[in-house]
Amino acid sequence: MAQTAQALADLTEISSQIESAVAFDREGTVVASTVDDERAGRLATTALELLNAAEEHGTDGKELAQLDVALQDGSVFVVRDSDRLIVATTTPEPTAGLVFYDLKSALRGMGEPEKPKRAAPKRATPRKKKDAGS
Amino acid sequence: MRGRNFLTGFLLAAGSAAGTVLYRRRAARRRERVQLYFGDGSMVSLTEGSPEAERLLAHARKLLAAARS
Repeated sequence: MAQTAQALADLTEISSQIESAVAFDREGTVVASTVDDERAGRLATTALELLNAAEEHGTDGKELAQLDVALQDGSVFVVRDSDRLIVATTTPEPTAGLVFYDLKSALRGMGEPEKPKRAAPKRATPRKKKDAGS
Repeated sequence: MRGRNFLTGFLLAAGSAAGTVLYRRRAARRRERVQLYFGDGSMVSLTEGSPEAERLLAHARKLLAAARS
């Protein structure tokens, strides 16, 4: 959970175009967000409605992987990775490719198991130079 | 004299053509649209005006308003 929140915090720090982001599952349960709980719930619910409406455009069992909606005063992005989803709002006319890349990286970061911290490798003690006379 | 007139005319024509291209490009970018990307690599683009796009645009407007409220 902390890892997911960290991934979202990194996301808004990396991308100046992303205003808000919410990670949620297919049931609409919020996993992490950059906004307060009430707003996050509303964003997740509306994003699911958007996704369900968009999925009707897929034919032959094609699965919707991602979408972006460009509006006059901002854009909406939804990216899906199996059961995990992320929705983000951005400033107007964002660089769509970069936003998708950042969102996918965040989703991947959320899925990765937390790596155990490794002890810092010991430095080899420098060998003493042998005296020329000995 | 004739050469200068030709050059002026040519520059005016080239300038207005470039201006038109830039204006059209900017207008196209400002148009509201929905882009759907599917798992098989295909993409569907819906621009404002079509009933399918309007439904999705309405959801997105609601979402953007909720994010900024």
